[in-house]
Amino acid sequence: MTTLISKNKLAALLAALVVLPGVSHAVDIRVMCYQDGMECDVTADLAKRFEAQNPGTKVILDVVPYKTINEQLPVQLAAGQGPDIARVTDLGGLSKYYLDISAFVKDRAYWESNFGATLPWLRPTAADKGIYGFMSQLTMTGPYVNKTLFEQAKIPMPGPKATWDDWVDASRKVAKATQTQAALAWDRSGHRFAGPAISYGAKIFDAKGDLIIDDGYKTTISKFVGWHKDGAMLKEVWGGAGGSSYADSIGEFKNGRVAMVLSGSWQINRLQKDIGTAFDWVAVPNPCGPAACSGIPGGAAWVALKTSKSPKEVGMFLDFLAQEANYAEFASRTENIPAHAGLAKKGIPYPSATPAARAALGVFSSGVANLAPAAYRFQGYKFNRAMMLPTVTRVTQAIVGEMSVDEANAKIAADMADAVKQAQK
Amino acid sequence: MLRLLGLFFNLFEPLFRAGQRWLGISRIGWLFVGPNLLVFGLFTFVPIVINFVYASTGGVQLLPFERPYTGMENFGILFECRDYFDIQTCRKDVFWRAIFNTAKFSLFQVALMVVLSLVTALVLNRKIIGRGFWRGVFFYPVLLSPVVVALIWKWLLQSQGVFNAGLVAAGSTPVDWLTDARWAFFWTVFVSIWAHMGFYTLILLAGLQAIPKDMYEAAEMDAASPWRTLRRITLPLLMPNLIVVLVLAMIRAVQIFDEVFVLTGGGPGSATTFIVQFIYQTGFAEQIHLYGLAAAASLVLALGLMLLTFAQLRLTRASNAGKKPK
Repeated sequence: MTTLISKNKLAALLAALVVLPGVSHAVDIRVMCYQDGMECDVTADLAKRFEAQNPGTKVILDVVPYKTINEQLPVQLAAGQGPDIARVTDLGGLSKYYLDISAFVKDRAYWESNFGATLPWLRPTAADKGIYGFMSQLTMTGPYVNKTLFEQAKIPMPGPKATWDDWVDASRKVAKATQTQAALAWDRSGHRFAGPAISYGAKIFDAKGDLIIDDGYKTTISKFVGWHKDGAMLKEVWGGAGGSSYADSIGEFKNGRVAMVLSGSWQINRLQKDIGTAFDWVAVPNPCGPAACSGIPGGAAWVALKTSKSPKEVGMFLDFLAQEANYAEFASRTENIPAHAGLAKKGIPYPSATPAARAALGVFSSGVANLAPAAYRFQGYKFNRAMMLPTVTRVTQAIVGEMSVDEANAKIAADMADAVKQAQK
Repeated sequence: MLRLLGLFFNLFEPLFRAGQRWLGISRIGWLFVGPNLLVFGLFTFVPIVINFVYASTGGVQLLPFERPYTGMENFGILFECRDYFDIQTCRKDVFWRAIFNTAKFSLFQVALMVVLSLVTALVLNRKIIGRGFWRGVFFYPVLLSPVVVALIWKWLLQSQGVFNAGLVAAGSTPVDWLTDARWAFFWTVFVSIWAHMGFYTLILLAGLQAIPKDMYEAAEMDAASPWRTLRRITLPLLMPNLIVVLVLAMIRAVQIFDEVFVLTGGGPGSATTFIVQFIYQTGFAEQIHLYGLAAAASLVLALGLMLLTFAQLRLTRASNAGKKPK
């Protein structure tokens, strides 16, 4: 008996000796993730599969609010801290912190052929050829309309080439007929604002390639402030906050407080889940202005970060996520537009999407063709937030009457120049 | 318990004795204050020095040695105005709005806070029914986190909140409690008083209870009216506590941030943007982080707080000496 126990102990010891080296080499990959719908949940499922294929590597997913990605991650990175991987939207602004994983991906040609159009968005310079991550999805800003309210009001929805003025007029009539709080709302975001601005003729860049507040931009500010003053826009979204903090309008839309909102394709999953059968909603093409009918492209990217102590495992995990089957699962379950060229060509099935969600995905996918060149350029510009953030702050001040539209225009231009100057120091 | 503590400290006695032999009796004190000084140095003094470094450098880099030296440029940016009587002409007009808002907030909030705390303390010092319960009621909000306080009030005040639901049910129209600049400012003052009044009431209550009863008995025998008793006995004897309340409330008002940030986000526009929020936004919330400008603004705030602290010292000394401050 004694001998038997000793043998068991010996076996356990040997087993421990075999396993321990593996344990001592275990690698943790910390991933900072935010989600609009269920992006982090799907990533967690994929991570489990990656862990099963790569024993000894553990993926720890930190699900954080979007505000953390926007405000805290840059500070962490600047201080030399931070996760191994993050899901970010300030693609160019954080590019100096990205880690080149090209040495750790299995097939560089696969990356180039499928993500070639968006890989430059993550590169710190135009000449750089590194692979720093990939776009987890493409997004596009655009409006959603409460179809039920339009039907109740017996007001026809403006057609595909309708202008913002047409939509504001129609929504105003709907709001009046249905006693809805306001006709429409836009997300409190300079990114969202830029779409209509480009449609109204904003060039965004001058001949030298610097940001400019031109007549098109000024017209949009003037119209937007006017729509707030005459009650067409819900005041709470922009007027209810200070500074340049982000506020979405989708909550107001879900609660039936507006007939129309300007948000983006990333909200489809949330709308489908939260609205259910409460009312019918549709995504409509971006309304036009005299110059275009444009939204702004964008999206979130999974990026590897220089703070990582395990670049090889980070590269392997991102390579795993970028593989066609995994990427397709992510896009399908999260109901997002793929940035993967191969999948975009083949088409992604959205089995769990409701007819409304599927139709909305179609509207956004086809809307990509209408995006103005300035919209692409603005999205990829390193200092785009130098224009976006003062726009939010100053336009809000004009809305609440702290300054005139002309003063707001002048202040945006001055703030923008200041911010770019500081960033270039 | 005390014996246990005694045993614990006895363990260190040989160490202290050795230290005393080594350092001498006049320097042994440093051994005791050393740990505290170290913590103070690391977490208070060093950050102050770093703040000066940031204030005198520019750029968006976080690490001090990567930042270009710019001297007084950040202060120049903050104070650059074409016309000092028109905020709009200032380069950083939001900074000036924040200063103006902070001054206005401090004035109203502190004045109301002191008066309401005093009235509450006077009432709670009387033999009223359920005195213990009422003292608890007034002190309870102090125990709440500022974020919780702000969220509770936001829930009440938002456009589809409880207050507006009540108004609509009563046949009235909803009010823009948080999106109208004047209402938003009113509610920041109100909520801040609601949250902190209990603390100041407690200080004044302690002061009231320390006033000898025989003073009131003598006043009663002299047929002094309640108003005269208040003016001639209560207020003069309560003055040291009132000064403490005044100064603490003023310092706290100047530093206001958390409740307001959650309640209004500084809006509408910049109607409730206060100086600490300006610093936070400039340094951390904007995508291009202007740490230098934020550090310079925080030094301006520090200067303001130092002036208030000196005023407190002066008032306290004058009060202790039984003289009116000059």
